[in-house]
Amino acid sequence: MTTRIETPVQPQSTVSTLRHKDLLGIADLTPDEIRLILDTAEAMREIGYRPIKKVPTLRGKTVVNMFFENSTRTRTSFEIAEKRLSADTLNIAAATSSVAKGETLVDTAMNLEAMAPDMIVLRHASSGACHLLARICRAGIINAGDGMHEHPTQALLDAFTIREHKKQIAGLKVAIIGDLLHSRVLRSNVQLLTKLGAEVWVSGPPTLMPPGIERDGVHRTTSVEDAVEGADVVMLLRVQLERMQGTFFPSLREYFSLFGMTCERLRRAKPDVIIMHPGPMNRGVEIASEVADGPYSVILEQAANGVAVRMAVLYLLAGGVEHEAAA
Amino acid sequence: MKRLLKGGRVVDPVNGRDGAFDVLIDGDRISRIARNIPADGAHVIDVPAGFVVCPGFIDMHVHLREPGQEHKETVATGVASAVAGGFTAVACMPNTSPINDNAGVTEFILKKAAEARRARVYPIGAVSKGSNGEQLADIGELRAAGCVAISDDGRPVRTALLMRRALEYAAMFGMPVLDHCEDPSLKGEGVAHEGYQASSLGLRGIPGVAESIMVQRDIALAEMTGAPVHICHMSAAESLRAVREGKRHAAKVTCEVAPHHFTLTDEALAAPVSYDTNVKMNPPLRGTADREAMVEGLVDGSIDAIATDHAPHHYDEKKVEFDQAPFGIVGLETCVSIALDRLVHPGLLGLPRLVELLSVNPARILSIPGGALTEGAVADLTVLAPDLQTVVDASKFRSKSRNTPFDGWHLRGSVAATIVGGHTVYVNELAEGAARFE
Repeated sequence: MTTRIETPVQPQSTVSTLRHKDLLGIADLTPDEIRLILDTAEAMREIGYRPIKKVPTLRGKTVVNMFFENSTRTRTSFEIAEKRLSADTLNIAAATSSVAKGETLVDTAMNLEAMAPDMIVLRHASSGACHLLARICRAGIINAGDGMHEHPTQALLDAFTIREHKKQIAGLKVAIIGDLLHSRVLRSNVQLLTKLGAEVWVSGPPTLMPPGIERDGVHRTTSVEDAVEGADVVMLLRVQLERMQGTFFPSLREYFSLFGMTCERLRRAKPDVIIMHPGPMNRGVEIASEVADGPYSVILEQAANGVAVRMAVLYLLAGGVEHEAAA
Repeated sequence: MKRLLKGGRVVDPVNGRDGAFDVLIDGDRISRIARNIPADGAHVIDVPAGFVVCPGFIDMHVHLREPGQEHKETVATGVASAVAGGFTAVACMPNTSPINDNAGVTEFILKKAAEARRARVYPIGAVSKGSNGEQLADIGELRAAGCVAISDDGRPVRTALLMRRALEYAAMFGMPVLDHCEDPSLKGEGVAHEGYQASSLGLRGIPGVAESIMVQRDIALAEMTGAPVHICHMSAAESLRAVREGKRHAAKVTCEVAPHHFTLTDEALAAPVSYDTNVKMNPPLRGTADREAMVEGLVDGSIDAIATDHAPHHYDEKKVEFDQAPFGIVGLETCVSIALDRLVHPGLLGLPRLVELLSVNPARILSIPGGALTEGAVADLTVLAPDLQTVVDASKFRSKSRNTPFDGWHLRGSVAATIVGGHTVYVNELAEGAARFE
């Protein structure tokens, strides 16, 4: 694991507030808003190094974490972020909620809404579920992953991690390899990285290539070697067997032999390449253990940075500087 | 009682009429069409200038939901919606609950329709028992009870063999098989057109080929059997290509397209409202090239009919996650305005061609009365106000459901009045002078 970097990245944004009620996707953010979140996360990270890891910023605010899909990393990360900002938090999981009794998402949300939460963090298996709630709820909605659509805080923490290592994102070659079709991490990262000027290459089996992905300004190739060649960042995506309907490739063994990230393939990348994975990893499928555990891997840093980035998002959506002035 | 419609523009392509004619209605029949018919005791209706008198429009593809799903629509509300949309007749699909696969259901629907006394209702029977794709339904019995065609709509006719048998058997009664063409394996769990829009929104795609591959199957079987097949709600350019090819080889193939498929594309998934469940229908809104192909087919005659695929759903059912929502939108009360605004006013097609698409051809395909203003024929007429500026207001629909992506649209042209069997069953209060038809 790499050591903590002591010199923070200099602020790069020219805006000071996030004028949105919700964070539904990176698609809705301007490059400057993305930079603002990253800059704010830089400041938030310091709180995690204090002996008492808590600030009163969101005191009196109620945040509901609604997780209708399994999650360890994201749910924990949001919860820690909320607690460090002193928000009152509660967690609802699908198995224990009224959804298990047949209640609709809208009814569940409206009943919660009646109790006046300030923000709802939602993870849901249906793409667009957050958009549906955003239209009917006064509470701010934070997308913690909706179906195969977006996972904006993941892309933000990825960008934060990249920026920390490479100082800036513009001009970098980023290769994203894996199950592209079913990945919300891919869609958010493509949006974010292209907005900040990176050269994005995507690679995976043709059966898992999202139709029209090239319209988002990325290079697509089925050759992992071409994607990795000269890359500054290599990001692997999990093969999401649970979302696959029917057969997309012959076997995990063949997948690994054609697309798995091995030390040998990685030699084509820049000498200071970083390896990323949003987790959970399938070792020996999309990534060899030697790569995941090797010196280029920043996978655990991604998890650590998730807290700071989510603190930044919560803080900015709650009103940011304006909110503090009013308090 | 006699009524004389004086001085309107009559568009009646079957009889080669397009011009100022008087129409004399005696009871439920058209007794005469000519220039300057003397009143001779008849009640005279001076047709307002600009109005157009057409043979009654026929929507050959609607879902009336009764029996079984009366919270969405009933036969009564469905036919009220039909006449408000200018339709004097509708053909209703058999995917009710229970399925219209036996004479009892057919008779029930016809009884409800007779009680409602609005549009004529022509039930379509199921191809297979329970529409489950195995055993043929009692097609002869359905025919005798009043069904005019067979279909397993909502799903495709499952196997090529069943389709072959259905075509051969139904042809004995002169009934076409209407097929919802979709290869289930290519459709998978898809909810939107496979393409950039669905992909970037993270929605599972349904490729156009899922439709055209089955269109090609059906045409091959129609050629083989010599029996008529009709392709429902065609949406993909590839399907149109197959239909054109089939027609060139004299296969008995006809097809219909729904207003949303010649008006909207999959870009409606993202804007103005993202993940709007009122743009979720099956087949899905497709790409720009597909939409343009549908318009081209309407213009050049390779598409035979416009049908709405009127699919009412309760608002609760649509107020869910996009992938959880049922497919379908209502269409009866917006169809004519959309067709006038998007096809006629831009000069893509003339009124005679529109009347073919909405009246002549549906009557011919289903072998039902109508489609022409012939002396002695039933007096089913649709009167248009082609220049009336109209704003779609879903809250005013006669249908029980409001699931439309066209709410708030400004459209030029509408229905002025609807006459079924000599009786005025609908008058558009917003069309000046339409009250004369009361």
